[in-house]
Amino acid sequence: MLSYDLAAEGLRGLNEALQAQSADINQAHWDVINPKGSHAIAVGLDAPIDVTVHGSTGYYCGGMNKQANIRVKGSVGPGVCENMMSGKVVIEGDASQYAGATGHGGLLVIKGNASSRCGISMKGINIVVHGNIGHMSAFMAQAGNLVVCGDAGDALGDSLYEAHLFVRGSVKSLGADCVEKEIRPEHIAVLSDLLAQAESDAKPKEFKRYGSARKLYNFDVDSNTSY
Amino acid sequence: MCGIVGLFLKDKALEPKLGEMLSGMLITMTDRGPDSAGIAIYGQAQKGRKKLTVQSGGGLADYASLQSDLATFLGSEIKVTANDTHAVIDVAEDQAQELRELLSEKHVDIRVMSQGESIEIYKEVGLPGEVLERFHVPSMAGSHGIGHTRMATESAVTTDGAHPYSTGPDQCLVHNGSLSNHNALRRKLTRNGIKIESENDTEVGAAYLTWKMLQGDSLREALESSLKDLDGFFTFVVGTKDGFGVLRDPIACKPAVLAETDQFVAFGSEYRALVNLPSIEDARVWEPEPATVYFWSH
Repeated sequence: MLSYDLAAEGLRGLNEALQAQSADINQAHWDVINPKGSHAIAVGLDAPIDVTVHGSTGYYCGGMNKQANIRVKGSVGPGVCENMMSGKVVIEGDASQYAGATGHGGLLVIKGNASSRCGISMKGINIVVHGNIGHMSAFMAQAGNLVVCGDAGDALGDSLYEAHLFVRGSVKSLGADCVEKEIRPEHIAVLSDLLAQAESDAKPKEFKRYGSARKLYNFDVDSNTSY
Repeated sequence: MCGIVGLFLKDKALEPKLGEMLSGMLITMTDRGPDSAGIAIYGQAQKGRKKLTVQSGGGLADYASLQSDLATFLGSEIKVTANDTHAVIDVAEDQAQELRELLSEKHVDIRVMSQGESIEIYKEVGLPGEVLERFHVPSMAGSHGIGHTRMATESAVTTDGAHPYSTGPDQCLVHNGSLSNHNALRRKLTRNGIKIESENDTEVGAAYLTWKMLQGDSLREALESSLKDLDGFFTFVVGTKDGFGVLRDPIACKPAVLAETDQFVAFGSEYRALVNLPSIEDARVWEPEPATVYFWSH
């Protein structure tokens, strides 16, 4: 276990050291102390290492992550895990806007609430939020699963492609072309697995599923008021 | 981009340190906007007296002769305390309006930044650290204050373009974002007799709030109507004699973090701005909801 004092030793040194683990892992466990809301903590990692951040972070924590397990013992600013490829990131507090945006893979768990645009343009990442999510979440989401144990804000899944959305609580409003769909056994299986990985005891049967009505894929004059 | 901060003290014991705390918060936000910086600070009000913060358009003004000129015209006791390019004019309550008219007629290079019982506004072009040091803000005391560091988008980098903007007696506004209908709104407000001095979008936002309040709206009501009438992106922090408020537009893409403890309520564009406040690790920290007015007062 190596402890890195971000306030004393600086961000560049941390990310260089963590990124260097990809070729040759000599240190599998890292503790980052004094993050003090700094930006871009633990970005661009590409090794199966464990990183624990003790405190809250600013913009873009865990961006572009591959393979690494990152745990933030605090809240995160905008753009956590933007474009994540694989690995697992757990946020113990809240996440600000566009959490998991454009992510291709891996699992992002937010134990508090996520604000607006959670999972915007997600391309295969799985996101599990224990609390609520804000407006315009999963906008143009293409693939992956967004699981919300609380409530969703306005315009959920607007212009959605093939991502699957599961919400346990209320949905303030659905976006254009997003509809409620039946929940089949294969969805229950996916949900059970994600909830277990996300350390949530929510029951899969309590969720509703939402997906694309697929009416906006190509221009159709009969749908012109929905664009 | 721009960075904004606000600090409202509940614990009177912290009041001597307000300037120091607020300065630290704003300096942390320097990399969100290096063009100009400003603060509004609310200090002690004196019964029967008003204060105007003025700024000299021509650099360092001769505030000593301004004091004697004004005293001669008004025929009463008046005190002008210079602070770099700015000065605070202490005047009898019933002569404040006369003083403003006098300044606009006879001292055209003197611009009024704020008027009220307790508000003072200081703003200039430059980095927050330099601007705050110039005006000795870290040594100022007060009950609450707001600050802004600017990355200019809608108007030139000048003192006029810097925030905060005063919206009326003891009221002021700072803004992160950009308003897209400010030209049309400026014409409308001007036709309604509201004076707007700069080309800046935020001043139009401030003038809009003033106009609504002149029609009888409370600040909360004026802020709520702004959601309908202002087009564009904004996170606003407003200051009043007794308190401060926060409002984000419905899209809410401009960042905002609030923190509350028994001792204070603090606002920052980012959590980074709040990390050195006392016992921040025990504070309730959250992101304000879109299109929702938050307000605290003494």
